[in-house]
Amino acid sequence: MAEKMLTLTGNAATAWGVRLSRPKVIAAYPITPQTTIVEYIAEFIANGELDAKYIKVESEHSALAACIAAENTGVRTFTATSSHGLALMHEMLHWAVGARLPIVIVNANRAMGPPWSIWADHLDSISQRDTGWMQSYAENNQEILDNMIISYKVSEDRDVMLPSMVAEDAFYLTHTVERVMIPDQDLVDEYLPPYEPEYYLDVNRPMGFGSLVMPDNYFEFRYKIQKAMDDAREKIRRAVKEFREIFGREYFGLVEEYKTEGADHVLVGMGTLVSTAREAVNQLRSEGEKVGLVKVRYYRPFPFEEFRDIAQRVSSIGIMERVMTFGYHGPLYNDIAGALHPTDTHPYMKNYFVGIGGRDITVRDIKAIYWNLKKSCERKDAREIEYVNLAGPGAMPVEKEAVEKKEVVQ
Amino acid sequence: MIRLSIPEEELMRSGHVACQGCGAALAMRYALKALGKKTIVSIPACCWAVIPGIWPSRNLEVPLLYTAFETTGASISGIKAALEAKGEDDVVVMGWAGDGGTADIGIQALSGMIERQTDALYVMYDNEAYMNTGIQRSSSTPEGAWTTTTPVGKKREWKSTPKKNMVEIAVAHGIPYAATASVGYPEDMIRKFRKAAEIKGPKFIQVYAPCPTGWKMDPSKLVEVCKKAVTSHVFPLYEVERGVYTVNLKPKKTPLKEYLKMQGRFKHLPDDFIEELDRKVEYQWNLLLKKEEFTHRLKEELGSAQLVFDKRE
Amino acid sequence: MKQYTWEEVLLTPITTVPSDEMNKTGGWRTFRPVIDYDKCIRCWICWKFCPDAAIRIDKEKEVPVINYDFCKGCGVCANECPKNAITMEKEV
Repeated sequence: MAEKMLTLTGNAATAWGVRLSRPKVIAAYPITPQTTIVEYIAEFIANGELDAKYIKVESEHSALAACIAAENTGVRTFTATSSHGLALMHEMLHWAVGARLPIVIVNANRAMGPPWSIWADHLDSISQRDTGWMQSYAENNQEILDNMIISYKVSEDRDVMLPSMVAEDAFYLTHTVERVMIPDQDLVDEYLPPYEPEYYLDVNRPMGFGSLVMPDNYFEFRYKIQKAMDDAREKIRRAVKEFREIFGREYFGLVEEYKTEGADHVLVGMGTLVSTAREAVNQLRSEGEKVGLVKVRYYRPFPFEEFRDIAQRVSSIGIMERVMTFGYHGPLYNDIAGALHPTDTHPYMKNYFVGIGGRDITVRDIKAIYWNLKKSCERKDAREIEYVNLAGPGAMPVEKEAVEKKEVVQ
Repeated sequence: MIRLSIPEEELMRSGHVACQGCGAALAMRYALKALGKKTIVSIPACCWAVIPGIWPSRNLEVPLLYTAFETTGASISGIKAALEAKGEDDVVVMGWAGDGGTADIGIQALSGMIERQTDALYVMYDNEAYMNTGIQRSSSTPEGAWTTTTPVGKKREWKSTPKKNMVEIAVAHGIPYAATASVGYPEDMIRKFRKAAEIKGPKFIQVYAPCPTGWKMDPSKLVEVCKKAVTSHVFPLYEVERGVYTVNLKPKKTPLKEYLKMQGRFKHLPDDFIEELDRKVEYQWNLLLKKEEFTHRLKEELGSAQLVFDKRE
Repeated sequence: MKQYTWEEVLLTPITTVPSDEMNKTGGWRTFRPVIDYDKCIRCWICWKFCPDAAIRIDKEKEVPVINYDFCKGCGVCANECPKNAITMEKEV
């Protein structure tokens, strides 16, 4: 099947990603806004366009349990979920990592309730950051499809053997139509060969998988996971490079820097807010501001080397997070601060909570964040967190520069 | 001339760490004799997750997948789907879970597995409590029993709710084959396992597997208590094929009291309670006999058994 | 328990060592079953009911033989023997 350009929603792009990656077993349970993924997959299978067994499980926990069992039997598997579904899978997310199974999940990033919300928020996948799953965040529908193929390749590498989560924002990507280039199936097969694990359930080689281990040896198994996660950084960079060579699309590795040359201040973000931020950065640059954007593509493994390098070149980092974790600051802020601590470079850093629960993030919002960052940096403002567009006291104050500029049609 | 009533080959090795006189260990020994080497077993958290021994010890001659507690139904669906995708259709997939992992936390996955008509055998080895974690009550604990969470005490709080009937629940799903079996009756058990393996679609077998430790019983009485359970009608041996009931053994009734007396977990029960319990047991037994009668008659009248949508090839 | 380095262990805890090479459960016994071969009628009921598969069939002599490396002394065989040919003796 030769490559072709289609106009697809993020969910349809996901289904195409599944079709191209050729998993043999799929187990999934519907949850808004992932539902059309499983519908498209069911259609592909019913029309003979995807040769896979589709287990219509009765819950997300069972979905991942079935994938784990199937992957352990030696076949490539896939599932997709969102929010509470991912939370329900939590026990099995841990299991997939400990069992070293290269499963790929697409997660539609959706807020956790209560209050019930079906809109975009990263708390669901961020809550799983400790499990050992690799995590990538897509900016557009093309990237979802491409990230899936890259994820299978990296996950199934014998030195990695860790599962991957590809995140897409609810509704902004899942239900929004964009042009997506469907790659040639033969090229995908070349890039992603069939899954051939070393050990699997085999009646000719009876073994037990997942037994009880005493404290004498548990640490050693877990260390191997840590090492695989560390080794994965270079594997990801190489897989992305190879992807560009075969398919022509450049993803820059774990992180993408946009207009950071000569920037005094950079904004950092993940997911669809990055595409809005590009526009904001373009406008600010045309107004003479020395600002850049850092797109975090991979949150796990954390790209600490990239941030150490960026920190040396800038005076401040504004971290925009579409997630609020509780207890102390947001996830990206904490990880960047942690990465910079052992170095001598400590630029001014500020944490911006924005777009929580799917609230719209506009170009104007991001420009306001920039002005707040620049002014706070100049004033050496001690305030570490800003709540953008919060209704009520404690919200981020909007600098006059952000207000006085000409209104731009969004 | 050595004549054995059950297959000779051992697919379960010695050196496992089950308690002395463990019914669950004996059950697996028989199950694998029935099914043979081309079997893959999925075991959740339960006594059997520990019985093979600590890593790297294995005691089965078939592949074993250890899984999380509630996932057995989903796990066997996954294994079977993968085998079908690989074209390996002659491997039997067996889920092997305790009563806790089946009737309580695992019931959702079991229900899903049967409803989807997964071609696999689900075995619930019933030692009537959460034995691996220290004898806590499950919904399969019989009425009147002592457990650590129904510890009797001054307020006389023994297990007060009736035992969940898992075979009936499986039958209500339209399962092609469900049965009870007991380690005290190995020939019957092996026959049922072999029969189940031949049937395409979901199968459920509940195996009575006494736990001398949890039942506060002399381990040497393992087989004897199995026989008493059948003759007192507490654990009848029967099969349900496409909705038609067949009671395999109709023994002469022995008083429930004789069965209960063998186990320390019932020693606190007053006589009038035991009589009441015996009446309840007899009611269930008679209900079962009536089911056998009318389902056979219905099959004759209608010309076929319960309409189960046969799996399309 | 043996200490393995992280380089020695496989990716995930895969069990490969047969239990009868690792755990000699015969050490658990307080009582040991002893077969009186004069009374034994070779019905094989003892072999059939052993939860540890610790009784083997000697094909040449056509007798059941208890494997004391693994027998836990549960006493099921003694209880089930129809000829009372098995007695439980205190382990010394």
